[in-house]
Amino acid sequence: MSNVGIVIVSHSPDVAKGAADMVRQMVGDEVPLAWCGGNAEGGLGTDVAAISEAIERAWSEAGVAILVDLGGAETNSEMAIEFLPDERRGRVVVCNAPIVEGAVVAATEASGGSPLDVVKATAEELSP
Amino acid sequence: MTEHAAAVEITNPTGLHARPAVKLTKLAKTFGGAAIQVALAEGGPWIDAKSVVKVMAMKAARGTYLHIRASGEQGAAALAALRDLVRRDFDEGPEAHGPA
Repeated sequence: MSNVGIVIVSHSPDVAKGAADMVRQMVGDEVPLAWCGGNAEGGLGTDVAAISEAIERAWSEAGVAILVDLGGAETNSEMAIEFLPDERRGRVVVCNAPIVEGAVVAATEASGGSPLDVVKATAEELSP
Repeated sequence: MTEHAAAVEITNPTGLHARPAVKLTKLAKTFGGAAIQVALAEGGPWIDAKSVVKVMAMKAARGTYLHIRASGEQGAAALAALRDLVRRDFDEGPEAHGPA
């Protein structure tokens, strides 16, 4: 059984790495996990190519749930999903949830073997 | 259907905060055939022990009693496992040496 993978996309590599550290410590390592942050020039921002690579690293046949912080992280994640091969595109979703809490609860849900739509819905329970 | 129930005092210093909530829901999820609920009072409200968001939202403090009930396949084992996790302070105490 493969668990849903989690990708964390922040404008800041420190935030993304920190959120990923929390997932590893609190949930464990039975969930594929990758993070990226910062633009191609090394400043604050997000980078479509880096997001694509993170999706690849966290890839699972069960799909991948992406947690994002601010606007550009979401639009660039959606662009990275657009560029995926057809057979993968439908199995990657962006969750409308706070990035840190969302990553922890999505990973917790994923660790129990829940399908992608349930993982996404669980993360989105956090949003008002 | 047989229902198994217990109440166990939360003695973990920080209560049922984020990390213990994750441990509790992860453990509950390993009992796929069991329905497991937790509450802060015998009269409820009872919430799904497999919902990490709802368990975290309980904000159960140290000294409160966590009521647990389980039914279905492996209900008794699920109840015992969750009760033991709470009794072990979620393996977070200074005396916790075993694998998490």
